[in-house]
Amino acid sequence: MYAVFVLVPFILTIVYSFHRWNGVGPMTWVGLKNYITVFQVPDLLGTIGNAFWLVVWFSFIPVGLGLVVASVINRVATGRFGEISRVVLFLPYIIALVAAGIIWGWLLSLSGLVNQILTAVGLGSITRAWLGDFNWALSAVGVIGIWVLLGFCTVLLSTAMSKVDPSLYEAARIDGSNWINEFFNITVPLLKQEIGVCLTVTVIFALATFDIVYVATAGGPGNATSVPGLQIYILAFSQRNIGLASALAVLLMLLVVVIIFPIQRLNKETY
Amino acid sequence: MKIGRGEIFAGRALLLLLMTFTLLPFISIFLTALHPSGSVPGGLDWPTDPQWGNFVEAFKVANMSTLIVSSVRIVLMVVPIALVISTMAGFAIGMLRIPGSSLLLLLFVFGLTLPFQGIIIPIYTLERALHIYNTKFAIALPLIALYMPFSVFWMRAHFVNIPVEISEAARVDGATTWDLFRRIHLPLAQAPIASLGILMSIWTWNQFLLALVLVEDPNQRTMAGALGAFQGHYATNVPLLCAGTIIILVPTLLVFVLFQRQIIKALLQGAVKG
Repeated sequence: MYAVFVLVPFILTIVYSFHRWNGVGPMTWVGLKNYITVFQVPDLLGTIGNAFWLVVWFSFIPVGLGLVVASVINRVATGRFGEISRVVLFLPYIIALVAAGIIWGWLLSLSGLVNQILTAVGLGSITRAWLGDFNWALSAVGVIGIWVLLGFCTVLLSTAMSKVDPSLYEAARIDGSNWINEFFNITVPLLKQEIGVCLTVTVIFALATFDIVYVATAGGPGNATSVPGLQIYILAFSQRNIGLASALAVLLMLLVVVIIFPIQRLNKETY
Repeated sequence: MKIGRGEIFAGRALLLLLMTFTLLPFISIFLTALHPSGSVPGGLDWPTDPQWGNFVEAFKVANMSTLIVSSVRIVLMVVPIALVISTMAGFAIGMLRIPGSSLLLLLFVFGLTLPFQGIIIPIYTLERALHIYNTKFAIALPLIALYMPFSVFWMRAHFVNIPVEISEAARVDGATTWDLFRRIHLPLAQAPIASLGILMSIWTWNQFLLALVLVEDPNQRTMAGALGAFQGHYATNVPLLCAGTIIILVPTLLVFVLFQRQIIKALLQGAVKG
């Protein structure tokens, strides 16, 4: 009887993975043509480049900054203040990404808050419609990613840090080590596994971004902020080029595996 | 432990700065939502004459009442079914260790790393073929499947940590596997099941891509999916757009504030074990 109940999700999983591979099915008869197209059309290849750039913003910065913030929380704000800051920072992770896109679309617009602040601090000359600027739009999208993911990384890392034996820190302090020493010699090495988890989650997040970009910029200006997730959608559902979209989807999934695998390996080796 | 005053001050200042960075966007859209509909205020301008009516208007023009019904209906379809399946699967893999458990588990791990976009096209074509495209099942069915990797993993993690002795004792007393599950392990699993349910409700509410692709009528979508359509219509009417966004945010934020401990814990454990 249980077999039946186990089989249900099992079949769902088969259907699930079957989908994924069968998604490539319709294009088999053109051979590798779609893949070649992806690599030949600069706009398509560009989306993958953009995805890599977003990995920096969505992954490296939140994880790096999250480490710093988490260690600050664990060192100087162990009480209520730290608790509040953890919850506050976590907020953006819980809301709909579409909403995050809309909120920041407005903040980064010409009359939005970002420009208002810049003007207030005397940087009025650099104000612009950030998401409409060819050079800045992608980085502006990156800032949205930091906003969404920083709290998640911080909370995850600070929870892990609170499990580190405090006597390690005490010993270090008796030896006169400062915050920076402690950070690089105790915190970071001991948290390798959690850092790996954070990187994995955020890299997948970065590579699979869709909602934020779709709402905030729709890939524009031009193709400056187009990412694979969005391009797949556009190719498949507005241009009806299912084969090409699927090829890009497969490449995206490959990319995820290729990037995630070394991170996971690194984790396994250290533990 | 002695920590310098300067360091405490600098640390707290950094935290305050980051909290401001996190909260300002919310404050900005809230203030903007109170400006007269159709105007273009500054990012943090104080509304001289707060237009609370914007919320009412956004509620009406976006058909929020229909939407809430439709979102709640999707949540009510997805969450219970997904919970039942994943609890049983987690029980079978984690507690009964049925043959092939590790293979099953591997399949689920693989599913965890899979981006939605990678499988959205086959889902679409399949739904067309099965004639469920554009129906109320269109979003619910694939969502249940997509939640499986995380939720099975999550439930397994719970069952794996339950001492085997409990089951063995019950077996001695003549319990069947079903008794074991129903009378002993299900009550013990209440907390993780509840957390998982909360998480899945939020995810369903926030689901965008599936709603966008699989349902043409914005009124049948999830809240987040509808917000996308709303943005399309009111992109230039910033105060109204902000009001609509806030209406959609409030339920998620409320749930989060009420259950923040469970939610944070659940998300973290899910991530670490994944």
